[in-house]
Amino acid sequence: MPDYTLKIRRYSPETGESAYWEEFQVELDEHRSVLDGILQAKDRTDGSIGIRCSCRAAICGSCGVRINGRPGLACHMHLGVAQKSSKDGQTIVVEPMGNMPVLKDLIVDMDAVHWKKIRRVTPWLLPDGPPPEREYVVPMESMVDVTQTMACIQCGACVSDCLSMEVDPLFIGPAALAKAYRFVGDPRDGQQFERLKDLAEDPHGIYDCTHCFNCIEACPKGVAPMNQIMRLRRIAGSDHKIEDRNNGLRHEKAFVKNIEKNGVLAEADLLPDSYGGKFHPRAVPELIDSLPVILRALMRGKVTPKALLPHKFPDQKQIRRIYDTVHDRDERFELNLYIVGKDEDEDGDGDSRSSGNDPGTAQGSPGSSPPERSPNT
Amino acid sequence: MPAHDVLIIGAGLAGQRAALAAAEAGATVAILSKVHPVRSHSNAAAGGINAALNPDDSWESHAFDTVKGSDYLGDQDAIEIMCREAPDEVLQLEHWGVTFHRNPAGLLGTRAFGGASAARTYYVADITGQALLHVLYEQLMRFHEKIDRYEEWFVTSLLQDDEGNCTGAIARNIRDGSLQTFDAKATILASGGAGQCFKPTTNALICTGDGIAQAYRMGAPLMDMEMIQYHPTTLAGNGILITEGARGEGAHLYNAQGERFMEKYAPNKMELASRDVVSRSEQTEINEGRGFPDGTVALDITKVPRKRTLEALREIVNIGRDFAGVDITREPIHIKPGCHYIMGGVKTDVHGATSIPGLYAAGEVACVSVHGGNRLGANSLLDTLIFGRRAGEHAAQIARSMAMPAADRSRVEDEQRSMDAIIARDKSGRRVSEIKDELGEMMNDKVAVFRDEAGLQEAHEMIKRLKEEAQVAYIDDHGTVFNQDVLGAIELGYMLDCAECIVMGAIERKESRGAQFRTDFPERNDDEWLKHIDLTANGGDTPKVSYSPVTITKWQPMERTY
Repeated sequence: MPDYTLKIRRYSPETGESAYWEEFQVELDEHRSVLDGILQAKDRTDGSIGIRCSCRAAICGSCGVRINGRPGLACHMHLGVAQKSSKDGQTIVVEPMGNMPVLKDLIVDMDAVHWKKIRRVTPWLLPDGPPPEREYVVPMESMVDVTQTMACIQCGACVSDCLSMEVDPLFIGPAALAKAYRFVGDPRDGQQFERLKDLAEDPHGIYDCTHCFNCIEACPKGVAPMNQIMRLRRIAGSDHKIEDRNNGLRHEKAFVKNIEKNGVLAEADLLPDSYGGKFHPRAVPELIDSLPVILRALMRGKVTPKALLPHKFPDQKQIRRIYDTVHDRDERFELNLYIVGKDEDEDGDGDSRSSGNDPGTAQGSPGSSPPERSPNT
Repeated sequence: MPAHDVLIIGAGLAGQRAALAAAEAGATVAILSKVHPVRSHSNAAAGGINAALNPDDSWESHAFDTVKGSDYLGDQDAIEIMCREAPDEVLQLEHWGVTFHRNPAGLLGTRAFGGASAARTYYVADITGQALLHVLYEQLMRFHEKIDRYEEWFVTSLLQDDEGNCTGAIARNIRDGSLQTFDAKATILASGGAGQCFKPTTNALICTGDGIAQAYRMGAPLMDMEMIQYHPTTLAGNGILITEGARGEGAHLYNAQGERFMEKYAPNKMELASRDVVSRSEQTEINEGRGFPDGTVALDITKVPRKRTLEALREIVNIGRDFAGVDITREPIHIKPGCHYIMGGVKTDVHGATSIPGLYAAGEVACVSVHGGNRLGANSLLDTLIFGRRAGEHAAQIARSMAMPAADRSRVEDEQRSMDAIIARDKSGRRVSEIKDELGEMMNDKVAVFRDEAGLQEAHEMIKRLKEEAQVAYIDDHGTVFNQDVLGAIELGYMLDCAECIVMGAIERKESRGAQFRTDFPERNDDEWLKHIDLTANGGDTPKVSYSPVTITKWQPMERTY
């Protein structure tokens, strides 16, 4: 059986020493998980290695860690794959998740961050009035839809690598906002507007996400938290017309218009447009307020001076076509984990993983409902 | 010092349901768990929850299926209660927000499951247990003012006063290592099963039989401990579960010669015969040389339309890919029977009360007995919820007329000394992990699908030796913060007590019934063995054996075919 080297970040609050790295050799089949490796090191070499773990099957969400710098479940990553993806092709580096304080070794304080944020979104169903005598009658698709967020196992991997949370620790964050969608998208809940209003008006709410996709990549269960955040925005903005005080909705609209007009982002127009146009009374003070940010972005090369000049994508027809196609739709297309297109696509894709963990390709519409096989119907 | 009317140990479905029920009945409640509640093993129940909710179905039919599934060892009064109360419980869950699958009319939809004469399994894709657990936790957060949560606290022992009443527990705060007394008028054990006594097992690493052993040590009888369910579809190397929902959706089993072998063993129900029957059939095929070289048979899910698999069996698509490297929508996956569930446990009445005043048990830790010799798929979620709720209600009710006990504080010091002693052990003995592995592999070898006297006696001798070795087994971690090592040593003690009772029950039951198949006594023998085996602690010695009758209401034992 092959040997693997695990380099584990160790920390004990009791010794008074700072964190350090320690290497362990383990001997296991390449298909066994990094968790199995850590447990072997714990069993055979050093029982004091701290890691939360329970199910070993990626369902309990205990063993969130960073492996070779990327967040995920230790039980969900093969040793062989982890070794290949390591920096030197040899040493598998395991460290605690980010954005949360470390308690010991690989164990982080999820209460202080993750669960506090979950509680922030009023995480329970609030129906209007007393329940019916039997079940609530709701469309099949809506249950399948919110089941995508029920698939969340609260492992914290998305929280670990949320870039927005890194700069704004008060950001409600991907896991809690995905949880919020679980109620907003649930037709049994009677507080859709109130929930959305609350999350839109909160300066650390739905408009605090910067679309970096880290949470989507981090999630071991295909919950795609960022997609859920975007759906919260769409329902808040398009359905409830919630104009938030953070200017989130207007910024989003300005962004869409900006691209429609130029094909590529014209940074110079974006900010004033977000505040109602260059001549809007609020635009000038906002622009002045934002100057330090703009200057910093210029200095760090995030924005080039050229970007501030007017520029356009050469082929405007292509842009037009995209916008026309989207505008012509009667209903919004939403991605969903559980509704995965038609059986006939079987021969087409040739790669089953496209309908597996990658929600980006798991495309379908609420209209393409799966066949009901219940003998009771 | 925390003091509550009702103290609940374990925060899986049974514990959380008990907490909600007790709080609703007006009691002050604490719920304490060695892991965060949503990490509990209830997550693993993938397939669904049974209830005769459909107008064409009846609770009697559900009850009969359960009685038959139990091989007539289940107590029919308890089974009747469970099946009668099932529909309301499912509706309660729905009202709390569980995203149950709907049919096109928007009503609750069902899937077929093993051993059932109607499709009465309600489900959320194949994450039913997870969905239920997380929704109950939502309710726990909602009622945070009424229910105190102690997350990541480990119970080291139950407390008992001079009259023999259970008065709470002592627990270690895993985060800082401190010990605390929890006084309680009533204590409900909801700490799950003991699958870790076996290796491999589908059970999570936390399923170490803590509550079963704690109650046993206090003098509560254990019942039906020999009844260990081997699930028909687990992965060979690591024991990871493939839900019965796969067969419910239409997957078939084949041996290495491509024969759909269930035709021989259960010509009517085929793959959806009860679990003991399917597991024995598979093991027979494997033992007689018709399995694959890795000691497995094949589960073919490609029979199920791919779209349906991706929608309703998503989790096992992932499991197949991640843990076996197989795309189950395109090729069969190799599986074998693996340790999955313990039907036995702490003996309780239909209110969850044990023979110790003030001590209740509910869920897998308990034995009511609704599962008898073999549990039907999708009846375990139901068991946890029905009897969790009943225990919570009953405990809250008796607490009303009681004074708050106050345990002797010196108990904490004794407990601290014994923990310090474990931490201070020198390295002359064996490692805790080594003993645990030896126990698990031995149990899976000698106390599995097929058992006989010689193997069981060997198993018992070995457990006695391991118990002695465990007394001096050493650990590495000498710290206080998240010292998982010292908890592992205590868990090993719990596991060894459970394992001994499992083996004793199996030795005692000289017949084949449900999950217990004795090759030396291959027939069911109702004349002598239509009774429960109760085991009681006997100092440090082998447990004391006694018997209790099986309650029969409507259904007389019949031959059991599928």
